[in-house]
Amino acid sequence: MTEALGAAASPLDITRRRDRRTNVDSVVTGLCTLATAGVVIVLGAIILFVLVAGLAGLTVQFLTRETEGYNAGGGLAAILGSLQMVPLALLIAAPLGILGGIYLAEASDGRVANAARFATETIAGLPSVLVGIFVFTILVAPFGQYSGGAGAVALAIIMLPIIARSVEEILRLVPPSVREAALALGIPWWRTVTSVILRTAAAGILTVVMLAVARAAGETAPLLLTTVGGDAVNIGDFQQPMDSLPAFIWFNSGQPDDTLNAQAWAASLVLLVFVLVVNLIVRSRSIGQRAA
Amino acid sequence: MTTSTASLLPPDVSGSSGGRASDRGFRWLLRLVGVGLVALLIGIMAMLLLGSAKTWSTFGLSFLTGMVWDPSNDLYGAFPFIAGTIATSALAMSIAVPVGLLTAIFLSEIAPRRIALPLIFMVELIAAIPSVVIGLWGVGVLSVLLRDVIEVPFVDRFGDVPFFGASAYGSDLLAASLVLALMVTPTIVALTREVFANVPQLERDALVGLGGTRWETIRVVVLPAARSGFIGSCVLALGRAMGETMAVAMVIGNVDQVPSGLFEPAQTISSKVALSWGESTQGLETSSLIALGVVLMAVTVSTVVATRLMIRASRRSGMAA
Repeated sequence: MTEALGAAASPLDITRRRDRRTNVDSVVTGLCTLATAGVVIVLGAIILFVLVAGLAGLTVQFLTRETEGYNAGGGLAAILGSLQMVPLALLIAAPLGILGGIYLAEASDGRVANAARFATETIAGLPSVLVGIFVFTILVAPFGQYSGGAGAVALAIIMLPIIARSVEEILRLVPPSVREAALALGIPWWRTVTSVILRTAAAGILTVVMLAVARAAGETAPLLLTTVGGDAVNIGDFQQPMDSLPAFIWFNSGQPDDTLNAQAWAASLVLLVFVLVVNLIVRSRSIGQRAA
Repeated sequence: MTTSTASLLPPDVSGSSGGRASDRGFRWLLRLVGVGLVALLIGIMAMLLLGSAKTWSTFGLSFLTGMVWDPSNDLYGAFPFIAGTIATSALAMSIAVPVGLLTAIFLSEIAPRRIALPLIFMVELIAAIPSVVIGLWGVGVLSVLLRDVIEVPFVDRFGDVPFFGASAYGSDLLAASLVLALMVTPTIVALTREVFANVPQLERDALVGLGGTRWETIRVVVLPAARSGFIGSCVLALGRAMGETMAVAMVIGNVDQVPSGLFEPAQTISSKVALSWGESTQGLETSSLIALGVVLMAVTVSTVVATRLMIRASRRSGMAA
């Protein structure tokens, strides 16, 4: 009875309800903080372990020897393979991706452009293992030969939609006045696009390409399906298999051998540092642009 | 955005006829690349269907429900892997969706900007870490931790509990789901944060002016406005979770069975493809591995389409508001 009366008394009621509301607010704030802290702690744990275990495995042997079986080998073939396949993929994907981005941003009319935009989004959303299967069916199965070239093409297909979509977004940010000024000077449209608009957006496009490279450098599944068996150092022969850092991590992490496991961590460290550096550069650049 | 599209194009070249010859040539070059992108998608789909034709003609749709994957008898069924993909993705989403939403709320609504910016960078960094590196951490650190701290004590005390199982090796459904959850959380956070940011500050201020607490403002103003964008981000994350290959292949234990418990090993569609690929490069086994790819493609393409529709819907409702 007294409780019911107390609840009916309005001034008390308001204070009590406000207390409950602030409590709920604090609980939610706490949960949100906790969730964020959890995510960041896990990230920290990953970086810490890769750093510690990777530094232990980062030996002269890892950097100078090719794959030779238990205890003896190193990651040289993998490092050199990645250093060849990723740039080749970039050579294929960057021009096509930038042209694709221009097409989507500049000439976006009609059914073809819509279909192209849909295709770009869909390819970007495909699991990379499917890209591996595709490249296997067109470049490996017909020749009966795994090859570094096929690996590079697979990486290029992964980079292509990333570059095209982001270039489209960046080009849309170029102020129309830049375009209009160039056209008003009588500069042909294609010159306007290639020398004026692309130059205005150059920094952004460079950023996008760097992120795509970072992504391709860590891709594993497509390489497992297109270029396996490259244990020896292979320089320049894209018709033969090439090893890569991600594939090296995959194979060596499963081996019952301490040296190889340590080298898998070392390869992870190399990849992680590369990805971190690219992302830090991109981030500082975009903050600089925002300030300017 | 759609309204500004027309103005991007100078009027004298907007028609396919007219304009300078060099402009027309450049235009054709661009169009060729555009058509090439469409052709690439069609090519991927066609080659996957073609490459798996032998499996579909041999087993038909019973490939999807077949329980046995036995290369020595040339018998192939996809059901254990489909079940594994569904189980890992569902578990991962049940962790990633709440964690992602709460994190997005923290970064967008609670944390001061000076703290939020570096945290946003860190969360997005997770998405940039190669999945094979996360897989290595999963198998070298997380599964060991799960085995020693959770699974072995649990099994010792309670035995073989339904939905948990008694294997306790650490490389199992639980480890795979946790790794997947970690990998898709940044996707949910990034997109959800973006739709939160689009909610007008004035509407938040209005509720604060009415005496609302921060949570009430979020619940009444922010969450309803961001709803379809948030759901879109979840569908996108689901697509990623189902297609993720390396990290899952490294921690799921790789046993071709319908997952029977959190502590039991399993296999997903993509991990099966990655693991079994090297073993054979022709014949019905390869065809069946490609057929697994077709199943994965059907699922992921539909998530892309669904996301596209939902994000379009959220843009439209955002414009209406």
